[in-house]
Amino acid sequence: MDYLISGFIGAFKLLLSGDAETYSAVITTIAISSLSIVLSLIAGIPFGFLLGYFNFAGKRQVRAVVDTLLALPTVVVGLLVYAFISRRGPLGELGLLFTILGVALAQTILITPIVVSLTATAVESLDKRLGMTLATLGARGGQLAIATILEARYAVLIAAVTAYGRAISEVGISMMIGGNIKWHTRTITTAIALETGKGEFSMGIALGIILLSLALIANSLLIGLKRRN
Amino acid sequence: MKKTMRVLSVCIMALILAMPMASSAEVLRMATTTSTDNTGLLDYLAPTFKAQTGIELQWVSVGTGKALELGKNCDVDVLLVHAPSAEIKYVTEGYGVDRTQVMFNDFVFIGPKTDPAGIKGMSASEALKTIGMKKGLFASRADKSGTHVAESGLWKTAGLAVPDKEQWYIQTGQGMLNTINIAAERNAYTFTDRGTFIKYEANWKGNPPLVILVEGDKLLRNQYSVILVNPKRCSNVKNELANKFRVWMALPSTQKEIAAFTLMGKQLFIPNAHEK
Repeated sequence: MDYLISGFIGAFKLLLSGDAETYSAVITTIAISSLSIVLSLIAGIPFGFLLGYFNFAGKRQVRAVVDTLLALPTVVVGLLVYAFISRRGPLGELGLLFTILGVALAQTILITPIVVSLTATAVESLDKRLGMTLATLGARGGQLAIATILEARYAVLIAAVTAYGRAISEVGISMMIGGNIKWHTRTITTAIALETGKGEFSMGIALGIILLSLALIANSLLIGLKRRN
Repeated sequence: MKKTMRVLSVCIMALILAMPMASSAEVLRMATTTSTDNTGLLDYLAPTFKAQTGIELQWVSVGTGKALELGKNCDVDVLLVHAPSAEIKYVTEGYGVDRTQVMFNDFVFIGPKTDPAGIKGMSASEALKTIGMKKGLFASRADKSGTHVAESGLWKTAGLAVPDKEQWYIQTGQGMLNTINIAAERNAYTFTDRGTFIKYEANWKGNPPLVILVEGDKLLRNQYSVILVNPKRCSNVKNELANKFRVWMALPSTQKEIAAFTLMGKQLFIPNAHEK
């Protein structure tokens, strides 16, 4: 139980004293998760729209695959991506292993299914007459898609929040692809794993509290966004 | 939408700021084992290495098994590991070159103070035979780490098979400290490097539930070596920098520094680059 109390105190100490190692991990975490969330939204929203809006043969099967991918274990994504970006892998030349970009790309694979699935659900649950109304008003193609997604924006926002939460909290990919290199690819979660491995449980709790604070700030920003709209 | 753009641009700004500063230093990438990292030895040596050679040492700390695998895949330039039998095979198979021993510490058997199987003061082989006979609970890393490789070797030296399917043999598949914690919870024996045990002792403020029962046997030496990833297999590796690190680790001044590294006032590693 002591861990919890000293963890709380430790979190404040780390933040207030400007501990360089902690801040480096915080910045790395923000960099990786921001990059992966932006990439996954760019890839996931259009695909989610198509999947939710149109009816086509095999739609249910595609949906089943996407929903299954929600259960992707992080370590498996890590291993798959490692196989490709290791020096002996097909993309080895790019030198992505043990880099922030490499971790972000692997996380994108992890969280894009979340964006796709939740966006598709959001679009599906819109009033069926919306499409017809928009068409009557003269909306075509891209216009129609943008208007539909705008109509579903809060649900898409939830998709983004959920995906961000998954990205910021995962440890398997960050450990496997990032390597937990101090000052470079050490994120808050890999630091927690390291501290726990060292038996520094209260330090682990302190970092956990910092991670949650970060998630709180990100969510507050998004909620603020929702209000003002 | 404007607001969304603003948030996005803030994110991207944060990203640009977060990109590691382009440093002029050359970077050497090493795969090493958890024991050198968790004890703080590398944090202690890396700044001196950089000051004296201008090379920045970056390391990933994993089990020896994975470290060797990273070397096989050309993902690191140099290895600092502790599983002599696996290392020699590795070099013979052409994955690594210039294996150089740099330091050692030792393994110990630890267990509950009550010592249910009665192994205190025995040799390593006797202790394992006794544990096997009395079916004493024993926690094993079972993760192909250097420590696990050493433990498996000791069962064989004692003339026993690794008790893979025995009820009393708990295979944790986790790091050393986690395994010690599991052993403590289950009141079991386990096998650890001394460095991690000292760290564990310190976490318990010097009064841990598990204590050292077997130590000092010659078989318990835990040898660390530097191995360069074979540049003939992996053209991308920085062989020159890796070799500088190998030579630097064996320098008398570095060896002295290794000897001076202590945790809780106890010396952790004994340099032995001069030994043949």
